[in-house]
Amino acid sequence: MALNQISVLVDNSQGILAGVTNELANAGVNLRALSIADTERFGILRMIVSDNKLATSVLRAKGLVVKETEVIGVKIGDQPGKLAEALTVLNLAGINLEYLYAFCARTQKHAYMVIRVADNDAAEKALTAAGFHMIEDTDIAKL
Amino acid sequence: MKYFQEKAETMPLEELKKLQDEKLVKQVKHVYENVACYREKMDAAGVKPEDIHGTADLHKLPFLTKDDLRDNYPWGMLAVSKADCVRIQSTSGTTGRRVVAFYTQKDVDMWEECCARALVAAGATNEDVCQVAYGYGLFTGGPGLNGGSHKLGCLTLPMSSGNTDRQIQFMQDLGATVLCCTPSYAAYLGESMLERGIGPDDNPLKMGIFGAEPWTEEMRQGIEKILGIKAYDIYGLTEISGPGVAFECAEQKGMHVNEDHFIAEIINPDTGEVLPDGSTGELVFTSLDKEAFPLLRYRTRDICILSRKKCSCGRTFIRMTKPMGRSDDMLIIRGVNVFPSQIETVLLKEGYAPNYQIVVDRVNNSDTFDILVEMNEEMFADTVSGMTKKEKELAGAMKSMLGINPAIHLVAPHSIQRSEGKAVRVVDKRKLLSDSQWKG
Repeated sequence: MALNQISVLVDNSQGILAGVTNELANAGVNLRALSIADTERFGILRMIVSDNKLATSVLRAKGLVVKETEVIGVKIGDQPGKLAEALTVLNLAGINLEYLYAFCARTQKHAYMVIRVADNDAAEKALTAAGFHMIEDTDIAKL
Repeated sequence: MKYFQEKAETMPLEELKKLQDEKLVKQVKHVYENVACYREKMDAAGVKPEDIHGTADLHKLPFLTKDDLRDNYPWGMLAVSKADCVRIQSTSGTTGRRVVAFYTQKDVDMWEECCARALVAAGATNEDVCQVAYGYGLFTGGPGLNGGSHKLGCLTLPMSSGNTDRQIQFMQDLGATVLCCTPSYAAYLGESMLERGIGPDDNPLKMGIFGAEPWTEEMRQGIEKILGIKAYDIYGLTEISGPGVAFECAEQKGMHVNEDHFIAEIINPDTGEVLPDGSTGELVFTSLDKEAFPLLRYRTRDICILSRKKCSCGRTFIRMTKPMGRSDDMLIIRGVNVFPSQIETVLLKEGYAPNYQIVVDRVNNSDTFDILVEMNEEMFADTVSGMTKKEKELAGAMKSMLGINPAIHLVAPHSIQRSEGKAVRVVDKRKLLSDSQWKG
């Protein structure tokens, strides 16, 4: 039960992000969530999208380096302390976070966290045992 | 078809030496009578044309360097009347004033025949379709292989460099079987085709002839794999004629020098002393047949080894190794000699494409040494810490090869500047600084 994220290596220069998102827009790909890690020379663009296959082929055709990465998605209540609770579960299970970012759905009173860890299964197990609901690729379409 | 000109290419050594002896005596006389700059050099060295009876006397002749050619720009080295010339070609001029070389029709024919020999040695026949993706114009790459392809009778696609989409389309639509370009462009073309879903078995190419820049054995393997072809090296320089001065045969073990037209020597670059077969040193060429631009003992600055060892292809011509470096290219960083070819070797060993740029600068009286490396999909880690780790690993591998520690910067694909298909490998800001200081 995992969430497939696509990561894109981009130049750290003006207009790159507009170019990438325009390509996706023209192909009819919907973005659910997005985060950027940037360094002096390059950026890593991470996205949860409506169609990984389409997004990947569109961006590769433009000569971009694209990688699909398995991450985990967890649903948390939209109220103070809920993120802290989830992260405490992972901490107590000895799981180190590489990165995370959040997004909300239009209609539901929940936030969703995208989390990258070294061991997805262990993280899922710990969170599920603590009563959290995980989301996967098929859930993304319904949000 | 095994040879383009069998009689010359397989000539017994004794006969070859006799031919060189005769041609050299004639050529020295021609140069002495018609090129003032070289006459003065010979006079200063106390050598007369009558002193040269054959190749055994070659060592008595003075050397020519690129500076001599620059100092005599444009007409000074011309040995025939302007009216007898039909063509000029010129070096890329990235390191200084341009050098212009002249050709009579006979010179052009000889040069093109040398290129045709290279095509045949790679396995081409008149039934092949030859895609020439070297630049056309002043650069000798395009015109040389174009002419060789005509002489052989191939259907020739005069693509010139760049416009990758059109290169791929014509290659596929017209069924190109031979590709001629720089090795870095061949690798780039292969990557671009792969990105478009065209794998090594999906193109019509059978072989490629790649030259005009240094490349390694690892890079050859990479190109052969990505394009599904045999990749052959070709060597040449505008000053001597252009590509085809030496070429690889099916053995892929060194390049045969077209010795019926050129004499190759290896010298100690510091003393000028001629070194025996098998020694590493600077390659020197003497042009035996060139009419318009006949250079005697021209120092190439390329470091390589010559070998007279018999080749199973049947050619008797001496073989030269790939140049291991150029004294021009050699960078001295923090007192250590660094050749770009070493950096390329490390990149290929570590699984990176050889798309890189070395940036050297001087900050607070100490050299900075940065290498930009283009990422590929396999090496892309999706975390910043993962990328930093890869940069550190690569820096470690460079350090053990070079002896000094560079800062590695992974960058996005195709983000390193290319000029006329040639990747800009070295940006030495220290040089720019001192040049402008002199001018100022």
